[in-house]
Amino acid sequence: MAQFHQFCTFFLDHFFLGLEVENVQEVIRYQSITRVPLAPPAVRGLINLRSQIVPAVDLRQFLELDQNVTKIPVETELDEDSEHLPLNVVVRTADEVISLLVDDVGEVLEISDNCFEKSPETLTGNARQLIRGAYKLTDQLLLILDTDKVVELTIFKPTLRN
Amino acid sequence: MDEDIKAFLVESYENISQIETDLVTLEKNPTNKDLLEGIYRSLHTIKGNCGFMAFPTLEALTHSGENLLSCLRDGQLQLNAEITSSLLELLDAMQQICAQIDAIGQEGEVDYSGLIQTLNQLQSRDRGDEGGFCTNVTINSQKEIPKPAPTNPEGSKLPCDREELMSALTTPNTVQSIRVDINLLDKLMNLVGELVLVRNQIQQFSTLQDETAFVTTSQQLNRLTTELQEGVMKTRMQPISTITRKFPRVVRDVAIATEKQVQLEIEGEDTELDKTIIEAIKDPLTHLLRNCVDHGIESPDIRQTQGKSATGRLRLQAFHESGYVTIEISDDGAGIDSERLKQKALSLGLITPNQANRLSDTDALNLIFIPGFSTANFVTRLSGRGVGMDVVKTDVEKVGGTVDVHTQLGLGTTFKLKIPLTLAIIPALIVTSGGDRYAIPQTSLLELVRLQGEQADHGIEYVHKAPVYRLRGKLLPLVYLNRELELVEWEPEPAHPQSEIMLNIVVLQVDNFTFGLVVDAINDTQEIVVKPLGKLLKETPCFAGATILGDGKVALILDIFSLASRAGVLSDEQTNALIQQEMSSQSTIETVQMLLLFEALDNSRMAIPLSRVVRLEEFPRTAIEQVGDRQVIQYRDQILYLVNFANVSFVSSQRFSAANQKTAVLDADLLQVVVVACQSGRQIGLVVQRMVDIVMEDLCITGEATRPGVQAIAVIQGQVTELLDIEAI
Repeated sequence: MAQFHQFCTFFLDHFFLGLEVENVQEVIRYQSITRVPLAPPAVRGLINLRSQIVPAVDLRQFLELDQNVTKIPVETELDEDSEHLPLNVVVRTADEVISLLVDDVGEVLEISDNCFEKSPETLTGNARQLIRGAYKLTDQLLLILDTDKVVELTIFKPTLRN
Repeated sequence: MDEDIKAFLVESYENISQIETDLVTLEKNPTNKDLLEGIYRSLHTIKGNCGFMAFPTLEALTHSGENLLSCLRDGQLQLNAEITSSLLELLDAMQQICAQIDAIGQEGEVDYSGLIQTLNQLQSRDRGDEGGFCTNVTINSQKEIPKPAPTNPEGSKLPCDREELMSALTTPNTVQSIRVDINLLDKLMNLVGELVLVRNQIQQFSTLQDETAFVTTSQQLNRLTTELQEGVMKTRMQPISTITRKFPRVVRDVAIATEKQVQLEIEGEDTELDKTIIEAIKDPLTHLLRNCVDHGIESPDIRQTQGKSATGRLRLQAFHESGYVTIEISDDGAGIDSERLKQKALSLGLITPNQANRLSDTDALNLIFIPGFSTANFVTRLSGRGVGMDVVKTDVEKVGGTVDVHTQLGLGTTFKLKIPLTLAIIPALIVTSGGDRYAIPQTSLLELVRLQGEQADHGIEYVHKAPVYRLRGKLLPLVYLNRELELVEWEPEPAHPQSEIMLNIVVLQVDNFTFGLVVDAINDTQEIVVKPLGKLLKETPCFAGATILGDGKVALILDIFSLASRAGVLSDEQTNALIQQEMSSQSTIETVQMLLLFEALDNSRMAIPLSRVVRLEEFPRTAIEQVGDRQVIQYRDQILYLVNFANVSFVSSQRFSAANQKTAVLDADLLQVVVVACQSGRQIGLVVQRMVDIVMEDLCITGEATRPGVQAIAVIQGQVTELLDIEAI
């Protein structure tokens, strides 16, 4: 019997990405971000999530996307432009809560395991570690992210730099 | 479990650990009657309680201990190492039984008759003259524990009864505690943390509101929150003495086992840490102490050949430092030989010869933290198995702390533990740099210096490339926060240093070393809730945590130590030079005082000790209100009496009127007020013409006071200055 899983889906650039719904704590609109100097480049800063301080992670770098697309204002004036501001998908990983900055959120989809296929061998680099595989939907592919890997990759970065 | 038994256990544990501490102290000064009396009483309390609770084994044990103690008390016996050891053994046994009771509600089956016999023999030793033989007498296994016959003369029985009565009377009152689930306290702490943040936000709103009712309510909220916060914090905070109390015993045991003489000094025992952190660092600290005795301190004969005293010194110091609690454990032993470490690591195959050659001395020291590393040539009961230092490191790092080791061959080793206060709420200074706000823990803050206009142009000088500022005649190295945090491009030699119009320097102290942190603006002081940064940012330097400010934005808390070492402020050379300087100046330190110099309204030069100054303030003249014949200002929810020098020092009416004219001139200006603390705890405001400087001066009084309110006259910076007598005002 095929098993069904629920996924919270979102868009980042031209990617259609998904996370297991159990790992997603909530999705919230843009929060002002306090940048952290000297931090790993993927960490855009910290947000205040109801008195909890949560790092906001930008996946663009790992997915080798143009990093200048997301405009993150230094000072938050939530103006009419707020539609173009990134949204926060707040994710619970093994040890902590992080927020992934995404362009837009999609629906929660319930998909059968039958549609799943692992990433092809031709996928290399960070993306290979980050994307567990794809669900073949009728009109496009839903790429499934491994959130624990996000943490791992982010921490790994600065040591590489040294 | 029965509530009574619980109460009994809590009290007994307390008493046992108290006796333990006292006993080790008593061994050092065996003549101290009070200590002995205290030990006797504590033990007696336990014994009395045992009677009520029906724990016969424990009662028999305590009874024989009590008998031994009463011999000591009566002077029939002298305390020696043997007696101390068996008394300590008795405490261990009592603890064991208590643990049993805690677990199963009964005393357990362990047979303590041997120990009881030892205790009894010790007390009869000196009665007969056969003391020497007693030590080797084999103890026959006696199944029945004879209830030791009351060997005490009748006279000593009397005070016992009275004490029994006393302890029975006081016991119900002293057990004023309940057990609370630590998770519940955690939850409360989190809630209070959030309440503090909400309070901060409300306070920001209230500055924009005119509604009196709202302002009053928010003040009320402020006060209640602070009190609640303090209360909840207190429930979780424990003085470090809860663990250090055990240390004299630990050190004594290791010292005896290794045949060394060690004196343990503990400082800062009342430094408080969160309960969970206290528990987490207990084992690492114990291990470090044992290590210091076992590996660090040499045996007495070796020490003497090296010209040291036979008794080794072991020091444990705990104190707050830049938002952390620092615990230093230092010995004056042999130090760690980094060459030997390298050799050992090589032979253990932990490093390659190539690596060994490249390893600096400091890096070599860190070898001791590698799992499986041990320098001891023999595995002993105490150490040498190579588990230990790595566990110490991981344990401390688990709570977000760090371990540093410094050593000097032949002089000793210092382990420095930095333990964060992740749950703490601390006062902090909020500054702005590069458009973002940062919090600086006030514990490392010394003073703030603002340079404007002319001063800012010429105030910063360069020692080659390093910017410095002359602070009271001494060069203060400057660190630009925005450059350290890479918020701006670092320019090795700024082409136009003059372009800075206003400079804010936050003078900070780290490890005896001061430096000036240049920031864009200084905002405010605030109570902040320290929140950990989490795994993602753990490796990021310069930050100790983050907090949420009044407007809901996140601000990072600067880790001054890491910032300073990143900026190169803390080099060994500088530190050494500083220590020497300190040593040389130590002798004169008593007479040197920090003084605030100012000009009074009658243009006379005056000074007061800086220690009495609470704040320097500026008030608009309109803020002054008249109460009777006195001028007051509302200041921080208090009424601050203003003292005008013209009114205090009435030498002649002429002067008085002249001063009055001066006040008139000042009408349009801001009032410069020095807020001073009186001995009575009250604060008063001194109205002055202008602040002159803060000086560190070796006070030499040169003249008697010429007018009331003045204590003496001295020459400061080459000018005659009057020293004010604050109490007289």
